Amino acid sequence: MRILLALILLASPVFAQQIGYPTAQEGVVPPRGVFAIRNARIITVSGPDIENGTVVIRDGKIEAVGANVTVPTGAQTIDGNGLSVYPGMIDAGTNMGLVEVPQGANGTVDTSEVGELNPNAKAIVAVNPHSAHIAVTRVEGITNALTAPTGGLISGQAALINLLGTAPKEMAVVPQVALVINYPRIGFGGGGFGGFQQQQTANLSDILAANERQVDQVRKMLRDAEAYGRAQDAYAKDKSLPRPDRNVVLEPLVPYVRGEQPVMFRADREAEIRGAIKFAEEMKLKPIILGGNDAWKVANLLKEKNVPVILTGILSLPLREDDPYDALYENPAKLQAAGVRFCISTGDPGAEARNLAQYAGMAAAFGLSKADAVKAVTLYPAQIMNVADRLGSIEAGKMANLVVTDGDLLEIRSRIRYLFIDGRPVVLTSRHTELNDAFKNRK
Amino acid sequence: MKRFIAKLLFLAIIGTLPLNAARAQRQTSQETLIRNATVLTVTRGTLENTDVLLRNGKIAGVGKNLNASANARIIDGTGKFVMPGIIDCHSHSMLDTINEGTLAVTSMVRTEDVLNPNDVDLYRELAGGVTTLNLLHGSANPIGGLNTVVKIKYGRPAREFLFPGAMPGIKFALGENVKRSSTPNLPGVARRYPNTRMGVEEVIRDAFTRARDYKRTWDEYRAAVKNDKNVMPPRRDLQLEPLVEILEGKRYVHAHCYIASEILMLISLADEFGFKIKTFQHALEGYKVAKEIAAHGAGASIFADSWAYKIEAYDAIPYNAAIMTRAGVIVSMNSDSDERARRLNIEAAKAMHWGDLTEEQALKLITLNPAIQLGIQERVGSIEVGKDADIAIWNGHPFSVYSRVDTTIIDGVVYFDRAQDLARRPELAKERTALEQAEPNKPRPHGQSPQTPRRRPSGHEDDDMEKP
Repeated sequence: MRILLALILLASPVFAQQIGYPTAQEGVVPPRGVFAIRNARIITVSGPDIENGTVVIRDGKIEAVGANVTVPTGAQTIDGNGLSVYPGMIDAGTNMGLVEVPQGANGTVDTSEVGELNPNAKAIVAVNPHSAHIAVTRVEGITNALTAPTGGLISGQAALINLLGTAPKEMAVVPQVALVINYPRIGFGGGGFGGFQQQQTANLSDILAANERQVDQVRKMLRDAEAYGRAQDAYAKDKSLPRPDRNVVLEPLVPYVRGEQPVMFRADREAEIRGAIKFAEEMKLKPIILGGNDAWKVANLLKEKNVPVILTGILSLPLREDDPYDALYENPAKLQAAGVRFCISTGDPGAEARNLAQYAGMAAAFGLSKADAVKAVTLYPAQIMNVADRLGSIEAGKMANLVVTDGDLLEIRSRIRYLFIDGRPVVLTSRHTELNDAFKNRK
Repeated sequence: MKRFIAKLLFLAIIGTLPLNAARAQRQTSQETLIRNATVLTVTRGTLENTDVLLRNGKIAGVGKNLNASANARIIDGTGKFVMPGIIDCHSHSMLDTINEGTLAVTSMVRTEDVLNPNDVDLYRELAGGVTTLNLLHGSANPIGGLNTVVKIKYGRPAREFLFPGAMPGIKFALGENVKRSSTPNLPGVARRYPNTRMGVEEVIRDAFTRARDYKRTWDEYRAAVKNDKNVMPPRRDLQLEPLVEILEGKRYVHAHCYIASEILMLISLADEFGFKIKTFQHALEGYKVAKEIAAHGAGASIFADSWAYKIEAYDAIPYNAAIMTRAGVIVSMNSDSDERARRLNIEAAKAMHWGDLTEEQALKLITLNPAIQLGIQERVGSIEVGKDADIAIWNGHPFSVYSRVDTTIIDGVVYFDRAQDLARRPELAKERTALEQAEPNKPRPHGQSPQTPRRRPSGHEDDDMEKP
C-alpha cells in the first residue's frame, strides 16, 4: 500500500515540489528519473563556480551542467534560487554500517575479525544498509563513505559505498576498494602523552623488535600471495602443470601485491608513516596513509614518494605535549603547501561522520583555502580512491551524488535542502528527525 | 638521575613560557581597550563598531569612542568579534584523578585536592576561547565527589585558578557507568552495589535518609548548646556534610544521566527530600521529559550531537538543546573532553542547525547559561560593565567554522594570544632541538627509554569512563 501510494505521488506533478521531502517512501529506495536544478550557484569543484547555472540529472548520472543548459521536457525541476549545488561529501575513513553501538551491544559490532591476518574479511559483506547511522550521516550532505574493517595487522578489505540502498550490493560503488593494514604502532597503546605512562617499564629495543616481527608476518603473507598469484597464472597458461589449490585467504591479496589496487596503512606517528612507506616500497605496493597525524613532519617524503594521506585527526589533540596547539588543525594546509595529496575524513566509526564538514572547516580556519577545504572532502578523496571518474565533482557523466544547500557547504549553520544519491532524490529524514518529530510537541 | 633532572627541566621550561608571557602582560598593562569590534554581548544583542574597555580585571566600558589611559594596551578590533569567555560546565581537565570509584557514595572526596595547573590541555582550551571550567568528579558512583569551578589561569599556581564565589557543587551519576555495566566480573571480587537502576535509586535514598538524620542531630545540638555549654557535639561525618548542604540549598547537584526514566527518578527523589537538581549532565534523553525538567527548575548541560556510543546514548538527538530550551530549561553545551572543549563555539552553533535556536539562544548555551548553572552569572557569561574581564576575541564570527581565536583574556590578563604563540615557535623549536641533543637526553644503550615523571595522559574523556 505504501509503495502504491509512493508511486502515485511520484507520478503526480505535485512531486516536483516534494523532491527531497518525506513522502511515504520510507524503506524504499526512491526511483531515478530526470531532474533539473535551475538558477543555482554550482560549485563544480573541478572547474570554476557557475552562478545561476543548471544541473540536469538523468538515470543516475549528471547529464549536463552549465550556465546555458536547457532543461529537458518532462524533467522534475528544483528552483535553485538562493541555493548552492555541491558534489556530495565523501568520508574516506569510517566503519559505516559495521558497528551500530560499540559499547554494551557487542552483537552490533562487526569491525574486527579474530586473528592478525584477515585479508579475506570484506566490509561489503557485513555493511548493514539499515544502520541508523547511514541516514543520519547522509542528511548532512555526505553521500559516500569508505567503510573499513579495523582488526589485527591485515584488517581486511574496505568498501566504498553510497549511503543509500537496501542491500550492500546496491550501495557498493567499489566493493573492494583497498586493503587495510594496521602498521605496527611505535607507541604503547592509547593516544595521549606518547604512552609515557608505560614507557618507564618498556624497552624500546624490545618493542621495535616485536614490531619488526609483526611486519614480518605481513611480509610473509604478501610474499605467499605473490607466489600464489604466479602459480595460478602459470597453471592457467599451462594446464599440464600441477593444479595449485585455491586459497580464499591469499587470493584476494593478489591484486594488492601486484600494485593494481591500493593498500591503506593505518599510521599516525612519524616512525609509523616512514615504516609504512618503506615497507610499501619494498613490497611494490600502492600505499595510502590512513590517519596521518604526523604527516606534516614527513611532508617531503610523502611528496617525494607520491603517497596520499587520508587525514582522520584534524580534531584530535596534538600527539605531543610540546606540539603547537594547532598542529593537527594545520596539518592539511602544510600538506597542501608541500604538494602532498591528501583528503580529510572524520575517522569516526559512523555515528559522528556527519560532522565531516566541521573537520574541513577547521582546516580552513588554519590555513587551507576554503576551496581546497571543499575539495578535501569531495574531489580529493575520490582521486585517492581512484573513483574521480565517477565521484567528487559536478561534471557531465559522473554519478549524480549532489547536495543542494542554502549556504556554504562547510558552515554548520547552513542547511541541506535537497540530496541526490546515485541520481535518486533522497528524503531528508533520519532516526533523529523522527525522534524530534515524535517529541518536540510533547505537552 | 641526571637524565631525570634534564627531562624535568625540559618540561619546566616548556611549562613556564606562557607563564612568563602572562606575567609580563600583567606588569605592562592593567588596562586594555579593544577598539571597533563586533561585540556579542549575549544579554544586550550584537553591537557593531564598538569598543570594550577592560580595567582592573573588570569590564569598565562598552560603547563607542571610549577613552583609555595613556599606558593602556590597545587592540584593534576591526573585523574581529568579541564574546564573553566560554564556560564549560563539564570538564575533567587538570584533574590528576577523576573517579573515586570504590564506594557508591563518595561525597567526602574533592576534585580541588587533585588540580594540576600544568595540564597542557588547559592552554589548548584557552586557544578555543574557553575561560571557565566546571571540574567534575567522574561518574562511577550514584553520589560522587565535590566539583571545583576554575578560571583557566594557565601558568599560575593551582590556588589562583579557583573561581571565588562559585556555588559549591557535587557530582551525582545514574545509569550504565554507575551500574558498572562494562566492568568485567573478576573471579573472587564481589561486584559493587548497585547493579541496577533500582539499586541506584536506593543508594541515593539511603544517603539522603542518613543525611537528614545527621542534620537533625546537628540542629538539635545547636539548639541545645545555647542553653548548656557542656553538650557534646555530634561526630562530624565528611560523607554526609555535603549532602546536608544540598538539603539546605547551599550546594548544587550536577547529575550525570542519560535516559528519561532515570531523570524522572531523580526528580521525584529530590522532590521527596526537598532539594533541587541544578543540572542534569548529558541528559541525552532530556528532550523526552523536557517539561518535567523545567518544572523541577533544573538545567541541562549536554553534548550537541554525540550519540550511539553506548546503548543509553542510542536515542540521543541533536535537537535536544532546542526542545529543552523551548520547554523553559536552562541548557548549556559542555565538552566532557579536553579535545571537544576547544571548539564549544561550533557545538553551540549546532543548536541553530538542528532545532532553529536563535543566535542569541545558541550563544547563551556556552556563556550565560552555564554561568547560571554554576552560580556565577553575576560575574561572567555576558559582556556588561562591572562583570569580570573574561573575553575571547575571534578573527570572525565564533559560529563560523572558518573562525579562530586571536586572544583570550581572563580578569583583564591575556592568557592566550595567537600572535605571541606564533612568534615564540622558532625559539621553542631551537630549544627543543638543543635539549634533544643534550647528553642526558640522547638515546640510552640497550634501548631503554628515558625516565620521565609519571603523569596522567592528556586528552582523556573520562566521564564516560568505560569508553575505550
